[in-house]
Amino acid sequence: MPHYLISGHLPDNFDPSTITETMVSDIHALNAEMDAAGIRLFAGGLEPAGMAKTLRVQTNGEVIVTDGPYLEAREHVGGLTVIEAADMEEALAWARKAVASSRMPAEVRGIFYVPRPGLEA
Amino acid sequence: MRDVTKTIEAVWRIESTRLIAAIARVTRDVGVAEELAQDAFVIALELWPDEGVPENPGAWLMKAAKRRAIDWLRRGRMIVQKHGEIARELEWQQQRLGDALEQSLDQVIDDDVLRLMFTACHPVLPVEGRIALTLRLLGGLTTTEIARAWLVPEKTMGQRIFRAKKKLSEASIPFETPSGDELRRRVESVLLVVYLIFNEGYAATSGEEWMRAALSDEALRLGRMLAQLLPDESEVHALLALMELQASRTAARRGKEGEAVLLPHQNRSLWDYMQIQRGMSALERAQRLGGGAKPYALQAAIAACHMRARTAEETDWGRIVLLYDALLQLNPSPIVALNRAVAVGMAQGPAAGLDALDAAATLAGDSARAGYHLFPSVRGDLLMKMGRLSEAREEIQRAIAMTRNLRERELLENRLKQLENPDNKNFPGGL
Repeated sequence: MPHYLISGHLPDNFDPSTITETMVSDIHALNAEMDAAGIRLFAGGLEPAGMAKTLRVQTNGEVIVTDGPYLEAREHVGGLTVIEAADMEEALAWARKAVASSRMPAEVRGIFYVPRPGLEA
Repeated sequence: MRDVTKTIEAVWRIESTRLIAAIARVTRDVGVAEELAQDAFVIALELWPDEGVPENPGAWLMKAAKRRAIDWLRRGRMIVQKHGEIARELEWQQQRLGDALEQSLDQVIDDDVLRLMFTACHPVLPVEGRIALTLRLLGGLTTTEIARAWLVPEKTMGQRIFRAKKKLSEASIPFETPSGDELRRRVESVLLVVYLIFNEGYAATSGEEWMRAALSDEALRLGRMLAQLLPDESEVHALLALMELQASRTAARRGKEGEAVLLPHQNRSLWDYMQIQRGMSALERAQRLGGGAKPYALQAAIAACHMRARTAEETDWGRIVLLYDALLQLNPSPIVALNRAVAVGMAQGPAAGLDALDAAATLAGDSARAGYHLFPSVRGDLLMKMGRLSEAREEIQRAIAMTRNLRERELLENRLKQLENPDNKNFPGGL
């Protein structure tokens, strides 16, 4: 079954003290519901974007590592869930619930399957 | 503007199980619960295109279903038909139903979903009724979809579902999670239903491909659901492991022309390694729970042996034989014995395989063997490896005459061609 990434976005100046108990319990409830429905493959919250490291390959092949996120923006991905769903509609139906529980805007993208190379031809 | 109908259908697919389960807790009748939930869905189809999709579609549907349930109760059907209680009792019942439904809006209702599963898979129903009801109540599939998946006319499937619901109602099957010895028996029935759904999707080669894939996916989803709901039952995890490991090979099982590709010839880079990993950890979990020697766990362990091998030649056939030995002890079926013979042939050479196949054939008896093309097919394969080519040819021809499946016939005919070509000595066998 296709996999979908639901990523929730947070402003960089997000204040964690604004997270209420209700929000936390809503998110836990949705996670439990996703698990009970057997569709959640992975979920996690991310450290603040300011703690990200960015890697860039130079033309000579050298890799430069810099502090901070790759994209200059005021909002970054703050949490992600990977689910299995029959199609985009179904993924969106779950994402609706994710948005309602986390109060974060979210983006849904299909993940296409990439076979692991280098095994038996 | 997105198509609201599609949104509603998707919402239905992800919400219907919880909805039906919660309502069944109070109506005590899954057939009625399903109808009430369905009514709520129809109301959504009428209203949402104009009013927009509500902020919390699941809660909206639950509220609508609750109103229908209270109406249903007010008409007094349940009480008049089943109890004939007096008016005050009726009032009290209505109050109780209202309260219970109110609560079910907020409560975690995993137990209800589990009860729904046990009810849909109740042994009082014929196996085909259990399958249909499970897909309908827990899979959110429409009767049309289930009929297409099972290659029967829609009317037949509708009847099957109707009779199953009626039977549950007439037999007054309680909406509950069984306990003790009964639990074991009922878990077995649930696992059987899930595995049959999986196999219908995975093994059959007729019918519409996408619908087949949907069945396997549905079974996997049910398996993961069960693993959450019954975390201490080792065979639940073992069945999940078995399904994940088998499904991980899906992309490698069809060639460019749509022909079947058997395990030894599969391009292993097409296997889904994330899925293999999930299967392996489910198997470990089953083993940690002490269920390593139970039937699904043994079958999953056999699948795991195949998945661990980077090439077909690296397969640990010796271990596979041992696992089949253990499985045969628990389940002395001709099919298990036949598969064991294939493994023996790979581990100890074709002559030993042939002996094991003779034992399997004895176990099967004439009548069972006569209807099963894999016996001559495997025998032909072993004979060919031993260089007894004319006998091999006869067996494969016999197998061709016995199979009704187009893809299998193609495989066997290819094998016959290989037999005619003496340059091709080294063709692998196996199922």
